[in-house]
Amino acid sequence: MLSRVADSLYWMSRYLERAEHTTRLLDVNLNLMLDENAASAERRWQRVLQALGRPKDVKWEGDPYALTQALTFDTTNKASILSCIIAARENSRHVREQISTEQWHRLNSMYLQVTGPEMQMERQAEALAAGIARPSEFLQSVMEAVHQFQGVTDSTMNHGEGWQFIQVGRYIERASATALLLEAYHADLWGQPERVGEGNEYLDWMGLLRSATAFEAYCKVYTADLTPDRIFEFLLLDEEFPHSVRFSIDSVQCALEKIQGDSGKSRAEALQRLSGRLRASLSYSSVDEILSQDVVGYLGGIQAQCRAIHETIYELYVDYSIQAALAG
Amino acid sequence: MHPNQSSQLEHAVLKNYLLDHAYDEMFSGPGNLHRHCQRLLEHFTSLPMEELQRRKQAADLSFLNQGITFTVYGREEGTEKIFPYDLVPRIITAAEWQTVELGLTQRITALNLFLKDIYNEGRVLTDGIVPREMVYSCKHYRRQMVGLQVPRNVYIAVCGTDLIRLENGEFVVLEDNLRVPSGVSYMLTNRRVMKRIFPELFRSYNVRPIEQYTQLLLGTLRSLAPEGRPEPNIVLLSPGVFNSAYFEHAYLARQMGIELVEGRDLVTHDNIVYMRTTNGLRRVDVIYRRVDDDFIDPLAFRGDSILGVAGLFNAYRAGNVTLANAFGTGVADDKALYAYVPDIIRYYLTEEPILNNVETFLPTRPKEKQHVLENLDKLVVKAVGESGGYGMLIGPQSTKAQREDFARKIEANPRNYIAQPTISFSRAPCLIGDELEPRHVDLRPYVLFGDKVTIVPGGLTRVALNRGSLVVNSSQGGGSKDTWVLSE
Repeated sequence: MLSRVADSLYWMSRYLERAEHTTRLLDVNLNLMLDENAASAERRWQRVLQALGRPKDVKWEGDPYALTQALTFDTTNKASILSCIIAARENSRHVREQISTEQWHRLNSMYLQVTGPEMQMERQAEALAAGIARPSEFLQSVMEAVHQFQGVTDSTMNHGEGWQFIQVGRYIERASATALLLEAYHADLWGQPERVGEGNEYLDWMGLLRSATAFEAYCKVYTADLTPDRIFEFLLLDEEFPHSVRFSIDSVQCALEKIQGDSGKSRAEALQRLSGRLRASLSYSSVDEILSQDVVGYLGGIQAQCRAIHETIYELYVDYSIQAALAG
Repeated sequence: MHPNQSSQLEHAVLKNYLLDHAYDEMFSGPGNLHRHCQRLLEHFTSLPMEELQRRKQAADLSFLNQGITFTVYGREEGTEKIFPYDLVPRIITAAEWQTVELGLTQRITALNLFLKDIYNEGRVLTDGIVPREMVYSCKHYRRQMVGLQVPRNVYIAVCGTDLIRLENGEFVVLEDNLRVPSGVSYMLTNRRVMKRIFPELFRSYNVRPIEQYTQLLLGTLRSLAPEGRPEPNIVLLSPGVFNSAYFEHAYLARQMGIELVEGRDLVTHDNIVYMRTTNGLRRVDVIYRRVDDDFIDPLAFRGDSILGVAGLFNAYRAGNVTLANAFGTGVADDKALYAYVPDIIRYYLTEEPILNNVETFLPTRPKEKQHVLENLDKLVVKAVGESGGYGMLIGPQSTKAQREDFARKIEANPRNYIAQPTISFSRAPCLIGDELEPRHVDLRPYVLFGDKVTIVPGGLTRVALNRGSLVVNSSQGGGSKDTWVLSE
């Protein structure tokens, strides 16, 4: 498959995953914010910003609705939901003939919905605050559209090389986003043992789980008895939960193996080593071990490895030098 | 004149169907249908109007859903629109088609020989059939092509010739499109939609199929592969998603099962063209290019092009890759050179042209210049280098100031202008609102030239949907309709 096509499919998928993650984080926090006093708002929204990688030029200025507005509709912020959807759609447009008509339709109508004129009202932060427009309705519809797109992708597109690149894009984005989310919550949940008993921690724990759609899945495994260590274990190491870091990396590894099989790369060793090592470390670590060491450093390490995998994929499949390719 | 003699012809749907001096594709005269249009009209008058409208909506929806759109330039992200589609098919009889087919085969054969000649010995110039300066002053003449051997001596692998019908019904050539003709995807999708919404009518006529076009195109491209490449890798080179014909590029690539590439997907090394794939570099043998000469290789042509592939021309020169069409074919569809095509046909084939040209006056010939300047109010004057209706003077609709302006321009640069009589090309019935009304149409059949000349029976019929308009371009109120060539 053409390198350009692989590149576009990969980014289309990453951008949608990013849009979905941001959407869910905002929805969960707008909801939980209602249950707590205004004093703790700053801590909550700073944490949201940290979990999103501190997007440039977006600052907490005391108004959650203004912040939501910036993270949702501000196209000067390249990580806003709107920017992500526009970028995903633009990528898919460049490979229109490679994706199914159903996929294109779903993505295009999502794009038309979020850029359409009726959205102008939603874009007004004042309107948000005044309760005229309901952000959660909008956020819900974005999440639904992304889920539908994923369903349509899985059921209408050939599960060939292109689909595998979509998987790689989605799960590499998800693995690093979940790792970053845990890092953002770390200080509050594990860094201050004296906070236990303050009363709000249950809401925080639930917020963390729901930010990764993990609340119900967690309860099925551990019951509604929330403890930070188990939450950490679940989001990091669970083998079956599709938003856990381990599941994501397993999926990345699996898709990369298929791609290597399809394209018969023998030069893929470096990539195999990187993804294999990360996968093994997640498969064979225990939560106690990890929690007894520098957790933030550990989570940062996972993100760094995700970046390295991304870069190696690029060197191998997309942005290779002609000389190397001719020699190989 | 009202064509109302039988009850069917008095049907309300025809109440605004007025004939004028233009040839009518449905009526041979007031009250007289062409025989092959009998069933067509019966069908359209037998269906209730609501049913026709329902089918029209179904057709529109089908185009939208298939994403059969073209890009309208000028807006930030490019707006996609559907190409307006008319429900009434245009019917061409077997006898009419035979003339068209023979005529186009003759014409493309001669034009191809002409290209080979001017880029090699130049006999046609030495013998004074075509003036040397006419060729060398053409902006599409590529001196880089001189002495270069192209596979099978085929310069024009794909061409789309614009035909119109004169008042007596004769098909004549209005324009040869020998560079990167487009529109064939509309021909194919029009047919697909038509078969879905009018299956009964379609079955009642013996319509010759056109669906084999993409396979024939692929065969043509394969037959032009460089020697020693038995399993050629064929690609379609598109300028990319912002090009107005991008839908067509994607459609054809998908239908042929070949890669749709952009300039940035291709690299050259040691005069061999490769495409970048996830599995490394893969050699490319044949490029069906939908990028103009000027933009295709920044080293050989326009240095500011970002759509092209650096080094492509050298690889082509070395015979390691085939381009369809070849470079420099535009010299043969130059508007002024057009006037010489009948002589070109006689010169190379010693035959009389089967399809005539529209009468054309060249201001480079002193006598004709005189005629043009004296009759500016009756003629259409076209600038040679322009297309899409720009740089045109339509005599009967012009003001005195405009005519004086053109007279000055013609005096200053006679090579840059041609003049033709104002012709009113044929009209075909179209469903406009709730009525059938006649609208001007042209016809663009697609000619393929590989190991032999092949023309699928049909073409793109473009319609000037605005009443009285002669402009069929999609950007200016043009639409299209399905074209049925009958087998008997």
